[in-house]
Amino acid sequence: MDLLNALVAFLNFVVIPAASYGAQLAVGALGVTLIFGILRFSNFAWGDTMAFGTMVVILFTWLFQSLGISIAPLPTALLALPFSIVITSALLLGTDRVVYRFYRKQKAKPIILVIVSAGVMFVMNGLVRIVIGTEEQNFADGGRFLISAGDFKAWTGLAEGLAIKGTTAVTMVTALLTMSALFWFLQKTRTGKSMRAFSDNEDLALLSGINPDRVVQVTWVIAAALAVIAGTLYGLDKSFRPFIYFSLLLPIFASAVVGGLGSPMGAVAGGFVVAFSEIVVTYAWKKVITYIVPQTWAPDSLMQLLSTDYKFAVSFSILIIVLLFMPNGLFNKGK
Amino acid sequence: MNTRAIYLFAGVGMLYVLTGLLLSWNVSLNILILGLLSAIMALGVNMQWGYAGLFSTGIVGSIALGGLAVVFISGNPVPQAFAAGGWQVIFGLAVAVAGIAAAVAAWTYMAPGRLRNLAVAAILIGGFFLYRAIFDPAVERIEAFDPATYGNVGGFGLNSIWAWPVGGLFAAVAAWAIGKIALGLREDYLAIATLGIAEIVITAIKSEDWMSRGVKNLVGLPRPWPVPYEVDMQADPGFLAFCANWGLNPTTTSTLAVKGIYIVMFAIVLGVLIWLLQRALNSPWGRMMRAIRDNEVSAAAMGKDVKRQHLIIFILGAAVVGMSGAMYVSMLGQLVPGEYTPLRFTFLIWIMVIVGGSGNNWGSVLGGLLVGWLWLIVDNAGPLVMSAATAGMADGALKSHLVDVAPQLRLLTLGVALLLVLRFSPRGLLPEK
Repeated sequence: MDLLNALVAFLNFVVIPAASYGAQLAVGALGVTLIFGILRFSNFAWGDTMAFGTMVVILFTWLFQSLGISIAPLPTALLALPFSIVITSALLLGTDRVVYRFYRKQKAKPIILVIVSAGVMFVMNGLVRIVIGTEEQNFADGGRFLISAGDFKAWTGLAEGLAIKGTTAVTMVTALLTMSALFWFLQKTRTGKSMRAFSDNEDLALLSGINPDRVVQVTWVIAAALAVIAGTLYGLDKSFRPFIYFSLLLPIFASAVVGGLGSPMGAVAGGFVVAFSEIVVTYAWKKVITYIVPQTWAPDSLMQLLSTDYKFAVSFSILIIVLLFMPNGLFNKGK
Repeated sequence: MNTRAIYLFAGVGMLYVLTGLLLSWNVSLNILILGLLSAIMALGVNMQWGYAGLFSTGIVGSIALGGLAVVFISGNPVPQAFAAGGWQVIFGLAVAVAGIAAAVAAWTYMAPGRLRNLAVAAILIGGFFLYRAIFDPAVERIEAFDPATYGNVGGFGLNSIWAWPVGGLFAAVAAWAIGKIALGLREDYLAIATLGIAEIVITAIKSEDWMSRGVKNLVGLPRPWPVPYEVDMQADPGFLAFCANWGLNPTTTSTLAVKGIYIVMFAIVLGVLIWLLQRALNSPWGRMMRAIRDNEVSAAAMGKDVKRQHLIIFILGAAVVGMSGAMYVSMLGQLVPGEYTPLRFTFLIWIMVIVGGSGNNWGSVLGGLLVGWLWLIVDNAGPLVMSAATAGMADGALKSHLVDVAPQLRLLTLGVALLLVLRFSPRGLLPEK
């Protein structure tokens, strides 16, 4: 019995990775949910938008590195974020002007917009692969660890180490700042309020003189910022490969649906629900349990509910359960 | 078939002829085989989208399930591995299915309330642990048997043409399950849910080594009847005499002959499907499906069971796609799970259907042959063209990068093509009448 070690192992292998992954999903899901709320379709190009934004960040990171500009111990990528947000916004506004606007004016069915977004997905995917190739890119420079496992062990005298990676800290702080800024914008500013009004009731919003084109443009700019930030945080934490970003679509959609599509608060909660479930279900609990139970009871097997390969099955199951039993999401009962 | 269709098909035919003349007939026939397969897949998707307006992004899952059927039907039997745990694996899976069925039954028949929620949760959780307790040790024993060559449970060793209908059946069962869950939901939820189920199917094929050897790839699957092997043909005195008589090269002739046989077989399947589908489309059932697609509410008011008809067409479409998946693997002779990506096998098929003309069977065939050609020609001609285009450049990182990424241009091109068709000719090249 060693509860303290069990707690540290639990924090180190479950809580910290899930919190960091959850923050990345939450930022990504906010973008999906905003687009759904304002433009009323599920954007299948979202994963590739994130990949595009991250690619631009990587290119700027390389540029800064070659110029010798650095903000160590923070990763150079943070410095590149604003530049990528500008470029990605331009791309999304251009896409809207050339592609989506036509269907919006026609009041096309949402499913047509979904198919159109699949076309946009192909274009963006092609762009990313042509510019940066298909190989893995690692662009995290900056400090490796805020607290390393070795230091923690030496400092506390425990057998288990608690490591906080530099990228985890960067993820948490950046995601927190992003979300606070977004919620402040939506709650307090005039444009944000008009966006919420537009999302709640389009006709009423139009009657009260809200300019729909402006709302849509602002939405795309915010979506671009969210895509760039979510993609970069994920890429810093893991690594950047174009096709991985496509498969992030499923957990991100799951997060957005869990919270109720169109609800920003729900998207944040959904991101953490999905991330924690994924890691709790795919983590091998042997280590933690061995510390808690008496020695003779220690398990032989890994005590893993599902192998990590099946992490998508977790987001999928959550998605299905929510869709079947709570179609408006966990936090959207009133509607 | 009107004149427009004839011109378009002739144009696509010219592409294949030109490929044969300029590159090689081997490449041209290869692309034609895959083009025909793509046409069958597009027909299946067109049933779901064109007839019923269902947007599924799980095509790749049906195709992979079809491929898995070939593994079970035609894979080499591995009696030792099967004896080690085959029945136990089947029993474990049966327990899992029974658990889910029991949970569904409890949900359906118990009165709503906390007791029902608890019962369903208890059945699912208890069933999961029971299933793992039966399933895991058996899998471990199967995978322990000669992992370098086998490590899988083995198949029936039958001719792989039997796998074609079974592939359709596998995909149909999966479509039934997902359709039961997701068809009542809003249409873009169906898209998201099918994306997820396809991802899970692919993950299972990649990581369940006992079944398909996972990423170690299952090779050596037999060809379907009556396709011969090139080496056998080249050893056959009759064939050699035939070649000598006509002054042909036996090696080239045998490879072309094998491809020719595949083309005839796939064309027959395609022809039969089109015949059936055209008949169905012009029958009362086809009229009903179109009525449902165009206005669900009024069709329901006329007493049509919309949800049931959606489920039927969803299953039938998936079955056609699954069968083509089995045909594909039986032709390749191996199951390569890494190949199944949503971009290649879901969204590309969608482009075929929409570019060809949603709701028109001939349009799907045209789209399959045209887009399939565009996609595959890049593999063969792309690097050549890019090398020619960059010939004047100095050797260096940029030049090699451009040659490397040349195949990716097709994503961009096809995406733009899809967007252009959707914008300017949303009914596709061959519109529905």
